[in-house]
Amino acid sequence: MSDWAWLLPTLPAAAAVIGLFAWRLIPGGPATPAILGTTASVVVAVGVLASAEHHPLQATSHTTSWTPTGTVSLHVGTRVDGLAAVVALMVAIVALAVQVYSTSYMAGDPRYASYAAEISLFTAAMLLVVVASDLFELLIGWEVMGLCSYLLVGHYWQTEGARAAAVKALITTRIGDTAFLFGIFALGLGAGSFDIGRVTAAAPMLPHATVVAGAVLLLGGVVGKSAQFPLHVWLPDAMAGPTPVSALIHAATMVAAGIYVVARVYPVFLAAPIALTVLGIIACITMLGAALAALAEDDLKRVLAWSTVSQLAYMAAGLAVRGWSAGIWHLLTHAAFKALLFLAAGSVLRTLGTNLMSEMGGLWRRMPVTFVTAVVGAAALAGVPPFAGAFSKDAVLAAAREHGGGLGDAVYVVGLVTVFVTGAYVTRLVVRTFLGSYRGDPAVRLHESPVVMTGPLVVLATFAVLLGAPVLPASYGVQRWLGTPAGTLALHVGVTGVLVTALTSIAAIALVAWLWARRPAADPIEVLGRAAVPLRRAFFVDEVYDTVVVRPVRALARATLGVDRHGIDATAVGSGRAAVLLGGGLRRLQTGNVQTYLSVLVAGVLIVVLSVSVAVAT
Amino acid sequence: MHLSIALVLSALLFGAGVYGVLVRRNAVALLMAVELMLNAANLDLIAFDAWFKDRLHAGQTFALFVVVIAAAEVGVGLAIVLALFRLRDSVSVDEATALADRDPVRRPVEQTR
Amino acid sequence: MTGADVVFGLLGIVCLAAALLVVTARNVIHAALWLVVCFGALAGCYLVLTAEFVAWVQVLIYIGAVVVLMLFGAMLTRAPIGRPQSLDSTNRPVAALAGVATAGVLVTLVVSAFKGAYVDVHHTQIGDGHVLGTAVFRYFVLAFEVASVLLLAALVGAIVLTRQGRD
Repeated sequence: MSDWAWLLPTLPAAAAVIGLFAWRLIPGGPATPAILGTTASVVVAVGVLASAEHHPLQATSHTTSWTPTGTVSLHVGTRVDGLAAVVALMVAIVALAVQVYSTSYMAGDPRYASYAAEISLFTAAMLLVVVASDLFELLIGWEVMGLCSYLLVGHYWQTEGARAAAVKALITTRIGDTAFLFGIFALGLGAGSFDIGRVTAAAPMLPHATVVAGAVLLLGGVVGKSAQFPLHVWLPDAMAGPTPVSALIHAATMVAAGIYVVARVYPVFLAAPIALTVLGIIACITMLGAALAALAEDDLKRVLAWSTVSQLAYMAAGLAVRGWSAGIWHLLTHAAFKALLFLAAGSVLRTLGTNLMSEMGGLWRRMPVTFVTAVVGAAALAGVPPFAGAFSKDAVLAAAREHGGGLGDAVYVVGLVTVFVTGAYVTRLVVRTFLGSYRGDPAVRLHESPVVMTGPLVVLATFAVLLGAPVLPASYGVQRWLGTPAGTLALHVGVTGVLVTALTSIAAIALVAWLWARRPAADPIEVLGRAAVPLRRAFFVDEVYDTVVVRPVRALARATLGVDRHGIDATAVGSGRAAVLLGGGLRRLQTGNVQTYLSVLVAGVLIVVLSVSVAVAT
Repeated sequence: MHLSIALVLSALLFGAGVYGVLVRRNAVALLMAVELMLNAANLDLIAFDAWFKDRLHAGQTFALFVVVIAAAEVGVGLAIVLALFRLRDSVSVDEATALADRDPVRRPVEQTR
Repeated sequence: MTGADVVFGLLGIVCLAAALLVVTARNVIHAALWLVVCFGALAGCYLVLTAEFVAWVQVLIYIGAVVVLMLFGAMLTRAPIGRPQSLDSTNRPVAALAGVATAGVLVTLVVSAFKGAYVDVHHTQIGDGHVLGTAVFRYFVLAFEVASVLLLAALVGAIVLTRQGRD
C-alpha cells in the first residue's frame, strides 16, 4: 500500500484545483471537492499504515528521476516509514476536521471557495513534506505551505491587521527558509545526492564541518517555520486569520513541519551534536518565555498561539535530548488537543464576536459541548492524566533525565517549570472564558454552535483522550509504528515521572483556581501587578525587532526610492529635457524665411568650394 | 577676345544675383535677381561655345533652352506670387513664414508617480 | 586688346552697373527697368560673341516678355494702402557678404583657369538662324520636345494656380 503514498499529496492538490476553478459546476459548492479530497487522503493514510508488513515500518521509497542535472541528481518520489505514515494520518485527520468545521464557520464568507481550495492545497503541501523522498521535493512542499499560510492568514485582507500579519509571517519564515535552503545545499552536495535516504545514510561519513553546517542551517528553517525564538514573532500575529486556519496550520501541521524535518533527517543531527545543543538551548528559552507570555494575554487566540510556541519548544527539546520518539509522540498529541482548543475557541468567537477574554465568562451553561471538549483539550495541554499531554510531556522530560549532562538537566528543569506555567495559563483560560459570570455585550445571543462545528470538536477530544490513555498500550502503540532509530532513546514512561509532572501541573491549576475564586471578576494575572507588563508585551521582542530591523530597512527603502526618483528618473527625464532644449536651440534655424535658408545654403556651398580649391591648390 | 573677360562678367553678374536673392523683400524683386543669375549662366554658355568653336553649337542651343525655361519659370513664379498676394494681401517674403518651426506650447512635464 | 575686347568690356560695364542697380533700387518698377538695360547690354555681349540668334531671342523673350510679365506682376501686387515697405530686408550684411564671396570665389576660379584663353571671334561660325535651327532640330530635337512639354506644363500650371473660386 505504500506504493499508493503518492496519492497523499496529489488528491488534495487535485481537490484544490478543481475546487478553485470549477466549484460553480459542482453540487454543494466548494466544500464538496475539499471534503472529498481530504477524506480520500485519510483513507489512503489509513491504508498505508494498515498494510504495513513490518513493525516498525521500514522505509520504502519509490522514486522517479525527474531532471537529472549535471553532477547531482534530483529524484521525485515517496519515502514512507513509520514516522511518515503516522504523521500523514494525523495531518489528514486534522485537515478533514477543519474542512468540515469550516463549512459552518465560514458560511456566508464571500471568499469561501478560495479558502477551501487554499486549505486543500495546504494539506497537499504538508503531505508532500511528510512523504517526500528528496530534500528538494520537501522544500517545494515547505514553500507551498508558506505561500498558503500567507494567503490564509491574509484571508480577511480588507483589514489592516490581517495584511500586516500575513506579510510578517511570510517574511519571518522566509528568513529561516533561506538558511534552510543552504542547509539542504550543504547536505545534498556533501552526500552527493539530495535523496533523504542517501543523505541520512551518508551523514556519519560526511566531513564534520559539512554536516555541522548543514544541520545548523536546517535549524534556521526549523526556527522560522516552528516559531521558535528568535523567529517566533509571527505566530501570535497570525491569529488575524480565520480560526480554523489557526487550528490546522498554526497548531497541528505547518508549525510541526519543522520538528518533523528534524526527526526525518535525524542521523544528520546525531552526527552533529552541537546542532542538537543549539536546538535544546533555543527550545528552553522559547518554552518558558512563550508560556509566560501566554499567561498575560487577553486575546483568547493569542493565548493559544503562545501556547503552541511553547509546546513546539517541548517537541524540539525532546529531539534535542535524543528522545526522538518522545518528541514525535508529543507532536501527535499536541496536534490533537491544540487543534481541538483552537476549534473550540472558534466556536466561542463565532457566537460572541469578540476575541477578548475580558468580554467572556459564564459560557459553560449555554455552550456545553464546547465547554466540555475545551476542558478536555485544556487538561491534555496542562498535562493532567489520563489525558494525552501528560504522558507525552513526561516522555520528553524522562528523555531529558536519561540524557543527562548540562543540556538534559537544563531541559528537565525548564520543562518542569514550564509545566507549572502551562497549568497556570490553561486554568486562567478556562475560568476566564467559561466560568464565572458573563462580562460581555448583553445583546449577544449565547447559543451552542451547530453540529457541523461541534462534531469535529468531539472527534478531536476523543483523540486527546485516546492518545494518552492507558499508558502502556499507548507507548507500545507509538513504539510499534515509530520504532527507535539508532542513537535515540527509547520511549520511557515511568509512573514516578508522570506523577511529578501531574502534581506540578495540578499545583498550578489549584493556585490559579484559588486566585480566581477570591475575585471571580478579575484577571488572575493582575496579582503580579507591574511585573505583568513585560509578559504582556512578550518581553518586548517585537519592539526590539522594530527598532533594529524594521525601521532601518524602511529607511533604506525610502533612500533607495529617493535615489531612484531623484537620481535615476531625474537622469532619464533630464536627458529628455536636455534633448528638448537642444532641439529648441536648433529650432531657431527654421525661421520659415526663405532667404535665411538660402543664405545658409550659399554659405555652405562657398565653404565647400573654398576648401576643395584650397585642397587642390596645395 | 579674351575669354576671361566674359567669364569674369558672368561671375560678377552671378554675385549680384546672389546678393539680390538674399536681400530683397518683395517677391517680384527677388524673381528679378533670379533672372540675373540665369543670365549669368547663359553668358557662360555662349562664351564657352565660342571658345570651343563647337560645330554642334551645344552652348548656344542650351542657352536658348535656358531662356525658354526661365520664361516658364517666371510665368509660374508670378502665378504663385499672385496667389500669395490674393491670400495675404502682401508679397513680402519676410511675412511668408508659415513653415517656421516655432516653440511648442509649453506643457508642464508630467511627473512620474 | 582687340576691338572686340573693348566693345565687350564697355557693354559689360553697362550690364554690371545695371545689374547692381536692379538689386539695389528702392522701387520695384525702377528695378524692372534697370533689368531691361541689363538684358539689352547682355544681348550686345552675345552679339560680340557671334551668338546672333540667341541675342535676338534674348531681346525678344527676356526683355519683351519676361520683364513685361514682371512689370505686370509688380503692378498687380502693389499693396493698396500702407507705407511702402523698404524693399530690402534686414539680411543685408549677410547677403552682401554672400554675394561678394560668391563673386570672389568664382572670379578667382575662372581667372586662374582660363587666364590665357582666347576666343577667335573672326573665324568662328556665326550662330545665325540657319545654323542654330540645324543644331536644334537636327542634333537636339529631343531636348526641344521636352522643352515644349515643359512650356505646356508651365502654362497649365500658371492657369490652375491663378484660378479663382469656381471648381
